[in-house]
Amino acid sequence: MDAAWVALKLTLKVAGWATLINLVAGVALGHAFSRRRFPGRDLLDAIFTLPMVMPPTVLGYYLLVLIGSRGPLGAWLLDHFGIRLVFTWQAAVLAAAIVSFPLVFKAARAAFESVDPQYEDAARTLGIGEFALFVRVSLPLAWRGILAGLLLAFARSLGEFGATLMVAGSIAGKTQTLSIAVYEAVQAGQDDTANFLVALTSIVCIAVLLAAGRLVPGRVAGRA
Amino acid sequence: MTAAPTWDIAARRTLHRRGASFELDVAFRSSASRIVLFGPSGAGKTQTLRMISGTADPDRGHIAIGGRALFDSTRSIRLTPQQRNLGYVYQDYALFPHLTVRQNIAFSRVSGWRNPPRDARDDVVERWLATLGLEPVAHAYPEQLSGGQRQRTALARALAAEPVALLLDEPFAALDQRLRARLRDDLVALQATLDLPMLLITHDDDDVAALAQEVVYVEHGRVVAELGQLA
Repeated sequence: MDAAWVALKLTLKVAGWATLINLVAGVALGHAFSRRRFPGRDLLDAIFTLPMVMPPTVLGYYLLVLIGSRGPLGAWLLDHFGIRLVFTWQAAVLAAAIVSFPLVFKAARAAFESVDPQYEDAARTLGIGEFALFVRVSLPLAWRGILAGLLLAFARSLGEFGATLMVAGSIAGKTQTLSIAVYEAVQAGQDDTANFLVALTSIVCIAVLLAAGRLVPGRVAGRA
Repeated sequence: MTAAPTWDIAARRTLHRRGASFELDVAFRSSASRIVLFGPSGAGKTQTLRMISGTADPDRGHIAIGGRALFDSTRSIRLTPQQRNLGYVYQDYALFPHLTVRQNIAFSRVSGWRNPPRDARDDVVERWLATLGLEPVAHAYPEQLSGGQRQRTALARALAAEPVALLLDEPFAALDQRLRARLRDDLVALQATLDLPMLLITHDDDDVAALAQEVVYVEHGRVVAELGQLA
């Protein structure tokens, strides 16, 4: 069953990195969309939301075209740094990040929109710079909604299958995450392994949801 | 040398409200230290205040306080709200809900990425807590305060930044009648002590009677009359 623990560790690593990427990208873009109007905003919003409705295999295919050794990004990475992204755990991170991105983006945007712009204006009249007021006012007031989105994105990343399989494949111990390991075990008729993996996945998911329930209503803005 | 007027404002802006457009064209010059913009709600008073503070921009015009140009469309001057150093007291106070009274007042005293700590000690903050009787609630959060305490916290927060002038948007509207009378007197006394130019907007006649050295009447986005102190 060692292989199962390896798969679990890899899954947590991939989901963790994907969530971290989305913390930065989702919060920055969610804030920009909540406060600024610019041409192409609606189209961009639709594109950023697309991963939520598109089949993961389609996203995986797009990503493969982009980062494959002949793709624009893949060729550039190979030429300049000798990096081959496809079939690595980093590719799995990229896939998980893209698939779960809308969950953070949407949550962050809604959370920032719910913050009265007057608080930010008040901070401006008090002489506080734009980035400082984002950190000192906007973020603490929106934090709860952002955290909820991050936890959902983490959970979604844990279960990512389609896009990950397309760009990272299923290399045991290297890119084979839990959900892919389950599929492989069932295909190979290894019922014992499949049962263990399924039980393990379920426990991890329940733990994440329990943690979410504990974390999210805890720190309410305005109370100690 | 003739001193520049304390308030030299001429601001035009087209606003769009629910499909209809609204022309705001407010202009007045005055050296009164307490000036009241008076008019019905929807006349464009708050928008005028926002343009003075720099949280909204006029389409054209100029805004100068005490001879210092804050905005001038012909000279391409546009100071950010941060550079203007004006105190702003919002109608519903806009106190930061995640910070205590002391932290709210100390907000402008630290400029980094971190909010002042809860037990921050700062002489200016302590002085305002004492002057406005807020010491007993220094550790309370805005939602735990009475209306009068919120108003005084908002005033203290604005004053702790040591502004060059004070802008107040209907500062008494959220308070009951008896409290209003007392806080008006307090504000007049405070303004006289600090010798700080003050511009207040209201639709309440009593505010005008108690506070105005000069009244600027605003209706439908325009100044319809300007009256110096009669008394």
